[in-house]
Amino acid sequence: MLRFALSRLLSAIPTLLVLVVLAFFMMRAAPGGPFDTERTLPPEVQAQLEAQYRLDLPVHEQLWRYLADAVRGDLGPSFQYSQFSVNELIAQSFPVSLQLGLSAMLLALVVGVAAGTWAALRQNRLADHAIMTLSMTGISVPNFVIAPLMVLLFALVLGWLPAGGWNDGAWRNRVMPVIALALPQIAYVARLTRGSMIEVLRQNFIRTARAKGLSGRTVVLRHALKPALMPVLSYLGPAAAGIITGSVVIEQIFGLPGLGRYFVQGALNRDYTLVMGVVLFYGVLIIAFNFLVDLLYGALDPRVRT
Amino acid sequence: MNLGRHQTLLLRLALCMALCLPGAASAEQVLRRGNGPDVESLDPHRVEGVAAADVMRDLFEGLVSTGLDAEPIPGVAERWEISEDGLHYRFFLRHDARWSNGDAVTAMDFVVALRRSVDPATGSNYSKILSPIRNADEIIEGEKPPETLAVTAVDAHTLDIELTGPTPYLLGQLSHTSAYPVHRPSLAQWGADFAREGRLVSNGAYQLKRWALQSHIELVRNPHYWNNDKTRIDRVIFYTIEDLNAEYQRYRAGEIDWTTGVPITQLPQIKQRMPDDLRMHPYMGVYYYGMNLNRPPFKDNPKLRLALNMAIDRPLIAERILGDIDQAADGWMPPGVQNHHYARFAWADWPREQRLAKARQLYAEAGYSAARPARVEILYNTSDDHKKLATVVSAMWKQWLGVETVLRNQEWKVYLQSRRLQQDTEVFRAGWIGDYNDPNTFMEILHSQHGMNDVGYDSEVYDRLLHEASQESNLERRAWLMQAAEAQLLEDLPIIPLYFYNSKRLVRPTLKGWRGNVMDQHRSQTMYFDPTTTGGAP
Repeated sequence: MLRFALSRLLSAIPTLLVLVVLAFFMMRAAPGGPFDTERTLPPEVQAQLEAQYRLDLPVHEQLWRYLADAVRGDLGPSFQYSQFSVNELIAQSFPVSLQLGLSAMLLALVVGVAAGTWAALRQNRLADHAIMTLSMTGISVPNFVIAPLMVLLFALVLGWLPAGGWNDGAWRNRVMPVIALALPQIAYVARLTRGSMIEVLRQNFIRTARAKGLSGRTVVLRHALKPALMPVLSYLGPAAAGIITGSVVIEQIFGLPGLGRYFVQGALNRDYTLVMGVVLFYGVLIIAFNFLVDLLYGALDPRVRT
Repeated sequence: MNLGRHQTLLLRLALCMALCLPGAASAEQVLRRGNGPDVESLDPHRVEGVAAADVMRDLFEGLVSTGLDAEPIPGVAERWEISEDGLHYRFFLRHDARWSNGDAVTAMDFVVALRRSVDPATGSNYSKILSPIRNADEIIEGEKPPETLAVTAVDAHTLDIELTGPTPYLLGQLSHTSAYPVHRPSLAQWGADFAREGRLVSNGAYQLKRWALQSHIELVRNPHYWNNDKTRIDRVIFYTIEDLNAEYQRYRAGEIDWTTGVPITQLPQIKQRMPDDLRMHPYMGVYYYGMNLNRPPFKDNPKLRLALNMAIDRPLIAERILGDIDQAADGWMPPGVQNHHYARFAWADWPREQRLAKARQLYAEAGYSAARPARVEILYNTSDDHKKLATVVSAMWKQWLGVETVLRNQEWKVYLQSRRLQQDTEVFRAGWIGDYNDPNTFMEILHSQHGMNDVGYDSEVYDRLLHEASQESNLERRAWLMQAAEAQLLEDLPIIPLYFYNSKRLVRPTLKGWRGNVMDQHRSQTMYFDPTTTGGAP
């Protein structure tokens, strides 16, 4: 177990390195620079700014120094938010994205698993078809379509929820973003659960449990659910990635002060350090999450433990 | 019967309002402003863009402030004297001006601030605003130290500023963020990071309470502000809302009282549903196409440039495409600019047929025909509105002249670079909003040496007229020089002015104490909510 964990952690290092180097060169390959605005800067001012951000150094030196700082946990100053460091920006915005992401993930799991199980138990009946149709819709309609529709309905027509903004995390401001973010994941989880549940319900040990005279509820909850959840569990890694990319869109639509928005704005503004910082941070996050899922998998499935 | 019920209801309503009024008047007044893109800095010498400038106007006050029509009015300086040659200004600072921590605002605060503003090490994007001040340009170019800036504190409440040339718009410049004072002890303690929540000490009507990046900025009254007694709004919240549609929805949902703009597609609906909320006013900006004079087909081809200009039906564009809000351009300078005599297209009032006939004649004289059409590319930064307009313009050119047009869009920064390099651009979309109310802000960007001259316009006559205007202290003569320069520009036509902007926003009808103005500058301290009214402009 320890060896497994260590090898996974070691293999993360080259992945992150490649990620940062790629992001570094891709940002610089994009035409236009961080100080290009409609109004031209006087040359001396431009030179001073470039020196402040080390853009006057040769490219390999810039990369080297960036890596050296990043290893120490210093992601550098932001170009766009001149009074803030990238560390500060991430520290301020990540809690918002995290709360959003975790709530969406939890919602996706609870609703998705419940709906999927129910559909499996009512296989090929009306409830099953209804749930599967809904989840197909959830997967195929992108959240940048669903979100504005929700705003239209719940904020403007019904007036139940605010149309946007974070309002320091008031629950009413969270409802729509969390649902919009969770919808596609609910759909995936429901389909996965249904599929694997149907398969598990046909297994011998379930027949044995039924033969023992256990109630339907006990059979499903105690015996079938755990093995049926394995595919869902391995989907959590991709789901986390999906929620992160989804949050980039959702934060933009609802105007939430999260990390995803910095990613978009940073790229548009050629805020080199901000984009690289966010990429690195997302990279670490996804690797860590996948690692966690693997550990959990081991804990749930005795076959992979050894 | 029905009528009677309505009447009692009205009576009750009136009674309730009368009873509620004293309470309403003393209740806290909170103004929630939609503020467009995120504010990236609150350092007066590092801020960029309209969103930040709007917040800064509430937080800070310069020597000169702005009134309801954006005209210069006394700010920290209660009065000033200008020498006869227009080169020396003496400002007398009010004795009761205070920073938000209670410290006195002194002449030295302005000396330090103005030096910092032009110091290249500060990295200000707007340092050039101060170039009328003697030695400012040399300091910005790194040739002289900031201490040589000709701004001197005679005593704690008297400040002298010396200029290189008479500058009738100087007072306007001094109300700009780059001329705001800084609290010296904060600067000494925190360095460049003084403008943060919990640190920023400001001298305007409001002080910073909360700065939640990407979300909102909350300001509360500065109890030490000299005019605090007259301030009515207690709290101002600026919300970051980039998307005009999202902003519109939040306004409709009652979450904000003021928007930065209006989505054009929603205009008919807005005009119908909330005519009292929609406020429009001419705005000092021009939307135009630039033509790259360094390359064919526009290099040495004034006839083609004129033909393309004349073949565009500007009034039709303004009415049909822009929703009848913005005004068709008839020259380079938008309306409302002070100290200027306007020049117009010589053919501005021609009947349409005559204009188009002339355009076709010029096009033929330039050597083009149906068999050998001119081929031009229109470059614009990615946006549906720009695309729509470019499509319409190219259709007009095609229809009246037979020009073959290709549309190309680029993401903002890529587009900026293409424009600047002048290597492969032909026609490119551009816009310019005046920095201050004077013709110079529109004229100087086409000076042969100016960094923003992306069309490569290089006219000796034009440059000379601008230089003469900069040395002219007589306002009337200067205005005629500016007119001559504009006329020259409209003859050479390196540009295709399309329309003049209007500011357009939604404002709660209960919000009073502000007026539309050509600079679209508004300070929350002049505003207040009057709950007794429900409609009409103040």
